[in-house]
Amino acid sequence: MVKTVKVLGPGCQRCQTTAKMVQEAADRLGVAITLEKVTDYAAIAGYGIASTPGIVVDGKVVHAGGLPKAEDIGKWLSA
Amino acid sequence: MTSCCSTPSGTPAAKSGRPGLWLAATAAALGSWFLIYAQLEPFSRWAVARLPVSPGSHLAEALAFFIYDTPKVLMLLTLVVFAMGMVRSFFSPERTRAMLAGRNEGIGNVAAASLGIVTPFCSCSAVPLFIGFVSAGVPLGVTFSFLIAAPMVNEVALGLLFALLGWKVAAAYLGFGLGIAIVAGWVIGRFHLEGWLEDWVRGVRAGAIDLPAETVTVADRLRAGIEAVRDIVARVGKWIILGIAAGALIHGYAPAELLASVMGRDAWWSVPAAVLIGIPMYSNAAGIVPVVEALLGKGAALGTVLAFMMSVIALSAPEMIILRKVLTMRLIAVFVGVVGAGILAVGYLFNALFV
Repeated sequence: MVKTVKVLGPGCQRCQTTAKMVQEAADRLGVAITLEKVTDYAAIAGYGIASTPGIVVDGKVVHAGGLPKAEDIGKWLSA
Repeated sequence: MTSCCSTPSGTPAAKSGRPGLWLAATAAALGSWFLIYAQLEPFSRWAVARLPVSPGSHLAEALAFFIYDTPKVLMLLTLVVFAMGMVRSFFSPERTRAMLAGRNEGIGNVAAASLGIVTPFCSCSAVPLFIGFVSAGVPLGVTFSFLIAAPMVNEVALGLLFALLGWKVAAAYLGFGLGIAIVAGWVIGRFHLEGWLEDWVRGVRAGAIDLPAETVTVADRLRAGIEAVRDIVARVGKWIILGIAAGALIHGYAPAELLASVMGRDAWWSVPAAVLIGIPMYSNAAGIVPVVEALLGKGAALGTVLAFMMSVIALSAPEMIILRKVLTMRLIAVFVGVVGAGILAVGYLFNALFV
């Protein structure tokens, strides 16, 4: 099943890096994902986080604030 | 608050490895830090004595200040930032919000201002943080206490003030910075200005979410400290060198009588002037500390210098531009007015207390 991953963030450097990390992890693990960047402040706020970048996997917020750890991304994608 | 937005952070290493190794490496690094730090002054003395300038001249004084201060400030900065990076790994904006949501004013303002010092967040997160707080039921005034304390009581500035100017100045800065954040937030809360937020902000009804716990080990916290050092030293290094250079010029060339008459305690207008001059100036908090050190050395009044410093770091144009996305101009004007008035009060109070 294709996982939907959203990276929440206003387009700052860390959000770009986070999106790249997610894509790389998906490629490495062979998990099919659709990656979407959410940059609208109102939409970001709608997910209930208070810091960016945030990561949403299949509608569930798994991370907020700062770069995620690579091994955590792996867990979220293979869960 | 740090402005991490423009920092191209590298991808962190996949694993933190064995904790024992990390602890040993950290202990070794701390040990060599103290060894090197103890040698700084004799080394600087030796270096200055070898400069081809006549001792006691303006140029020699300025160069000596620069050569003493640059390695000293950079080393202290490294230690302070490392410690704060570790402390901050225990906090997150989401956890802070959970502690503040539904709090009454008063206690809420105190808690928010204190948490503002240790909660890590960067200026590009200021807007999500603001909405995230307000929409999850943190009162507006309490949110402002957080937003004022975060830049105003800067942990780097606090550490440097403590190391360079002693605990009294550092404690005064901490106490009065917190005081302004608490009172200003409380005042803004009393005004009930929720209607002065931008319309779309009031429409967001998100509520807080529970984040799944991410595994954090001791090695992760040490790594957080090291990453904070790498991040901050790379980003503010140039501000600090600039600040030390400005401090060196003041130390070597500024006539003490002139400075004492302009920024001394007897000039009543110097406090408002310092606040006004500080607003358009934008420097990193770490960069302003060497300037503070040099000004004080020349007989400037402590209250005036602290007012200048707080104005430079707490009332900055870039932050207001970011907050303009969620606040109306009227609310920003209230924010600047209340915080500016608080800084003025601190300046006068200090000049009256520390004779």
